[in-house]
Amino acid sequence: MTQNPQTEPETPAPLNSAEVTDAGALDQGTYSQLRTARNTARLELDGSWHQISPRYVVSQIVQNVIFVAFIVAVAAVLALALGQTWAWIPAGVIVVITLVTLIILPRQARAIGYMLRSDDIVFRKGILWQRMIAVPYGRMQLVDITQGPLDRAFGVSQLKMVTAAATTGVQIPGLTQAASEALRDTLIEVAETRRTGL
Amino acid sequence: MSEPQLPPTPAPPTAADSEGPTTLADGEWHRMHPLTPLFKGGLALIIIAGIVVTNMRDRLIAWAIDLFSPEAHYGDYSGGDPVDWVLENNLILIALASVLALVLVLVGIFWFVWRFHQFRITGDHVEVRKGIVFRSHRRAPLDRVQGVNLTRPFPARIIGLAKLEVVGAGTDANVDLEYLATGRAESVRADILRLASGARAARRGGAAPTSGAQAASGATAGVDVSAASGAPASVRGQLVGSMNEGVNGLISGVDLADVEPESVVKIPTGRLVGSQLISSVLWFVFFAAIFGVAVGGVVIGSLIDGDPIEGFLGLGITLGIGIPMIIAIVGITWAQISKSLRYSIAPTPDGVRITYGLLTTVTETLPPGRIFAVEVTQSLLWRPFGWWTIRINRMSGKSAAQQSSGSAQQFNVVLPVGKRADVERVLSLIVPDVQPADMALIWEHGILGPVDGDPYRVMARRAWWRRPLSWKRHGYALTDIGLLLRRGVMWRKLAIFPLARLQGVSLSQGPIDRAQRVSGAQVHTVQGLITGYLSGLERDDALFLIDGVTSAAAAAAERDHSHRWGEYAAADVTVAPVHDGALPAAPEGPAFAYPAPPAVSVDPSAPPVAPPVAPPVAPPPAAPPVAPPPVAPPVAPPPVAPPVAPPVAPPPAAPPVPRDE
Repeated sequence: MTQNPQTEPETPAPLNSAEVTDAGALDQGTYSQLRTARNTARLELDGSWHQISPRYVVSQIVQNVIFVAFIVAVAAVLALALGQTWAWIPAGVIVVITLVTLIILPRQARAIGYMLRSDDIVFRKGILWQRMIAVPYGRMQLVDITQGPLDRAFGVSQLKMVTAAATTGVQIPGLTQAASEALRDTLIEVAETRRTGL
Repeated sequence: MSEPQLPPTPAPPTAADSEGPTTLADGEWHRMHPLTPLFKGGLALIIIAGIVVTNMRDRLIAWAIDLFSPEAHYGDYSGGDPVDWVLENNLILIALASVLALVLVLVGIFWFVWRFHQFRITGDHVEVRKGIVFRSHRRAPLDRVQGVNLTRPFPARIIGLAKLEVVGAGTDANVDLEYLATGRAESVRADILRLASGARAARRGGAAPTSGAQAASGATAGVDVSAASGAPASVRGQLVGSMNEGVNGLISGVDLADVEPESVVKIPTGRLVGSQLISSVLWFVFFAAIFGVAVGGVVIGSLIDGDPIEGFLGLGITLGIGIPMIIAIVGITWAQISKSLRYSIAPTPDGVRITYGLLTTVTETLPPGRIFAVEVTQSLLWRPFGWWTIRINRMSGKSAAQQSSGSAQQFNVVLPVGKRADVERVLSLIVPDVQPADMALIWEHGILGPVDGDPYRVMARRAWWRRPLSWKRHGYALTDIGLLLRRGVMWRKLAIFPLARLQGVSLSQGPIDRAQRVSGAQVHTVQGLITGYLSGLERDDALFLIDGVTSAAAAAAERDHSHRWGEYAAADVTVAPVHDGALPAAPEGPAFAYPAPPAVSVDPSAPPVAPPVAPPVAPPPAAPPVAPPPVAPPVAPPPVAPPVAPPVAPPPAAPPVPRDE
């Protein structure tokens, strides 16, 4: 599934997604096995998915651990120094929720994928609650890459696609630096050739 | 541009004026109407007046009573307000002087604000710049214009002013030109649409004014010329004239003259009022429920206290709760009715033009290819009458909160109420790809619900519990027109999503869905009243949405050129025969009816006789006889033809033009 440049021979457009600026970059250092529900009724498309980098999970874990430590510290100060023992309750709830999120995070990260097809990009995520969205290339208004400080340390970034519809909201997290730039360039190039009025 | 002039001074004809820029889309900076500050600052004036009245109320009452019956001594008014203080201290002069100074300062500020508020229309952009301390300069590309709305709010309408709103795509992306004289606003609208259509080539050449317009405005033009040559008109003259015209228009409703003859749908007033009254039954039920709860609570409370409310007090409480609610119901219903009255919809070369409103008149022009979704709906209460309403999703340049407000919702209704024939006509206007053959798919199968041989992919039978009533209807069909979504039994809906403007499709499947081998689906389009959610589709049908629909959408987008509709239309129909000596832009009208782009089938009988395209003519010699009706109302009823403004300073210049300068 990796190292599989997206070649769709039937592509009619002059410039198709196979001409990725750096096709290899999309699949370098990413997961290689998509994780989905076992039930055969799951949503499934033909073609292969590009996946995200495992470093995304590490980055998220580090961020969340820092967050948990901060919450515990605040609660401890409130409870021990100021005698506000109730502070343990909200802090405990937040910490438990964060920890549960962390436990399922690696599974979730393996379920995130995107596929460049001849006319559209498909993004999928989720295992139990599965979501899949297809956005035609021509509808893309802008492509946005964001990177937090820790993301930068781990070399991952998030790519967001904006269309005229507010609900479309495709955000691909955990792309490697090279992959996000290659993907952005590809998307913009392809969108340029298929632009419509809106 | 024009010299600085105070509105009250007789306007010396400036260079720009005397040249008579019959089109404002000349790449120069223009100003708004001089009375603009009055209406924009109107609220402040009302507030000040309110404060004064509140503080002086007793004095005013005493004064009025003194005036009418001097012998009746009103109360024991003992002053205590600033007027007494001023009188006692002999400060009348100072007080008057300071009031005068304040007024002068305000006028000066307003004048400066007005001076710095300018707009410009170039070939590619419309720009507005304003502000003195905080300057703002907004420029919007014309080929992304989503529509042009011409609003005539009630007070401004009396003196013939209008507000032009150039709708952009995005939040807070509108460019407002407020206020312009109605005639100029209409010409600016026509210019913007013409430029946006990409038919710029048509603008060149052709200088002689149109003979049709000449004939139409012949009578009034004569008057104008004599008046204009008589006395150099003062600004006051203009104001009085435009005021008269505004009042006339208000009474006779003439300002619909340019569209009314072409309207493809006539809604009888009775039906309009009736439909809104029936809708208000829902409000009545809603308020009655609140009323019942409130009164019931009071009664129960009093019974528990062992102190039953009786007689007068009970009546008072009931009325106190009930009357405001009745007022609310009446208010809501009246607002709906008055907004929908005088509705008309007509094709023009630059898009569908919709006009409505009894007191505040709104004329909006929707260029082709700016409609993202269309929905035909019918509530249960309307079913016995066979009435339908049509709503659309479009880029309104407003945020979600603004969109859900009542006035903005009105912008999204293209047919307030209509029977089947009306709906079909409006649909073929706003969804140009609809062929007569497709109507069966839309009506018999779509709107009226499943019949034998249903082409719609509906919910799986095993998932019926998600939509217990409507599961047989709930589904979609992919056609050339677009993606059709059929939903609802009590509240029947059929939504059409044109493929060329589909923004994406998403599927979602939770564990219960998966156990039932179904999936939810959502069609994404711009924000609006129409949502595209379907639940419980068969898994394969849902996957087809992702596979088939998006590729069909991409293919449709390739074919679609409506964002520059004029270029392609002009290519198809080179030049119309009527062209010679007429408006350069006008011939496009009959040549291609509104839905210009590919393979359209709107009956060509409808197209406007003479499109409201402004003649970009600027021929000094030709100008005098014809009051350049930039708004060329095709067949204006003689009595009150085009929004002709009364006498103007430069005799040769076009009457309506210089008012803004």
